[in-house]
Amino acid sequence: MRFASAGRHCVRGEPPHHADPEAAEAARVLILCAARADGPTVTRLYEHGTAAERRAVLSALPQLPLGTDGRAGVPLIEDALRTNDTRLVAAAVGPYAARHLDAHAWRHAVLKCLFTGVSVDAVAGLAERSRGDAELARMLGDYARERTSAGRPVPDDLPRVLALTQMSPLSADVSAGPSVRSPSSSATGPSVRPSASCSSTGPSASSSTGPSFGPSSEEA
Amino acid sequence: MRIFDPHIHMTSRTTDDYEAMYAAGVRALVEPAFWLGQPRTSPASFFDYFDSLLGWEPFRAAQHGIAHHCTIALNPKEANDPRCTPVLDALPRYLVKDSVVAVGEIGYDSMTPAEDHALAAQLQLAADHGLPALVHTPHRDKAAGLKRTLDVLRESDLPPDRVVLDHLNETTVGDATDSGCWLGFSIYPDTKMDPERMVRILRVHGTERVLVNSAADWGRSDPLKTRHVGEAMLAAGFSDDEVDQVLWRNPVAFYGQSGRLTLDIADPGALHEGNSILRGGE
Ligand SMILES: [Zn+2]
Repeated sequence: MRFASAGRHCVRGEPPHHADPEAAEAARVLILCAARADGPTVTRLYEHGTAAERRAVLSALPQLPLGTDGRAGVPLIEDALRTNDTRLVAAAVGPYAARHLDAHAWRHAVLKCLFTGVSVDAVAGLAERSRGDAELARMLGDYARERTSAGRPVPDDLPRVLALTQMSPLSADVSAGPSVRSPSSSATGPSVRPSASCSSTGPSASSSTGPSFGPSSEEA
Repeated sequence: MRIFDPHIHMTSRTTDDYEAMYAAGVRALVEPAFWLGQPRTSPASFFDYFDSLLGWEPFRAAQHGIAHHCTIALNPKEANDPRCTPVLDALPRYLVKDSVVAVGEIGYDSMTPAEDHALAAQLQLAADHGLPALVHTPHRDKAAGLKRTLDVLRESDLPPDRVVLDHLNETTVGDATDSGCWLGFSIYPDTKMDPERMVRILRVHGTERVLVNSAADWGRSDPLKTRHVGEAMLAAGFSDDEVDQVLWRNPVAFYGQSGRLTLDIADPGALHEGNSILRGGE
């Protein structure tokens, strides 16, 4: 199976088939991992990719050997965050963004999710990176005021993120318990399709739920 | 009435059109790559357009419950511009993509040697990639253009049952039928066909191998013309099954030859409850 044609091999039913985008994405992630795709390769695949192929590249970034600083995928994340395609935005805010985006870019990524309706469950490391972030709190407050003064509803996720920004590091550690994770081990959450990880044994891993990029798979 | 519009340029249409099409029964469409009205001056401009047909436009369509596939090609008009012909060399990397269900629109515009070359080369690409071809017949000198098109087709590796000849009318339907190709009819205000003439052609030629499309684009056109043909067929005594054959099963059978047609709506993730298009962007 090739990276570009994974979609037509991962289908259900009789012709005309039903697409199985989760299985196709899992297959593409596994192909990238098996090939140990490096920075130039993922950049080319992303730039030449369909939306589905781009999503797979974004999802696989945390598991790929991207050079010593591992930052070769950052321009791809930034590109995806400039789109209005919610599939790409959701895939962009995973563990790789949590680890590599600077504070300004990361805050704008969170705001982008609220603007475009991408659930912040997709944002890896949300609790940890939001905690005590006064600038993010200001941005969220301004956005809420703008919506309210226009007579429009405030996104449901906004108060949730705002509450996270107001947690002090100590109280967060105490109260949030197991839901606080390091960015690299965050689950992608229920709003994002489960993806395969390098540690998976085959395409059947596509149907697994829960954390896709555990610490072990990231080091694999 | 379920409708598959086998030829429509959604890049040029609004979200109002998507909503009206869904309400009219359109659940699937194919968007052929074509001329954008403004001539392009570099291959990169085509690549951004092709990427849009593989990324942004299917996303927009999915917001409105419509499955979007596309055809990719260098169109005949711009095949005459040497600044654009390098696009031909880059086509193979697009023709392997999952949602590409044909090579097209190809064919003749002014019937030049450059168009001869582009048509023959792209028919070969279709054969090499296991894809059918959407071949448009020219607007000017249509009957002569069809004859020349059929000559090139006979010399190609692509069998006629993997070719649709589009923009046919009363003067070209006979030769097109004899060729063994699929028959495409564009229902377009002022030019091309209208629903009543379409029904008369269906009475004479039957419903086999016939595709009806709106060809709606940036010109004065109407994305609901497929529905209008369905209603005109019913009013003329055609059965629901015959309408379904023309407006759904025939395009499914033709583009299904690619092996890449998937007809549930690509679920844009768990994100359908809100998105940037419905909210008017940023
Ligand atoms: Zn057209």
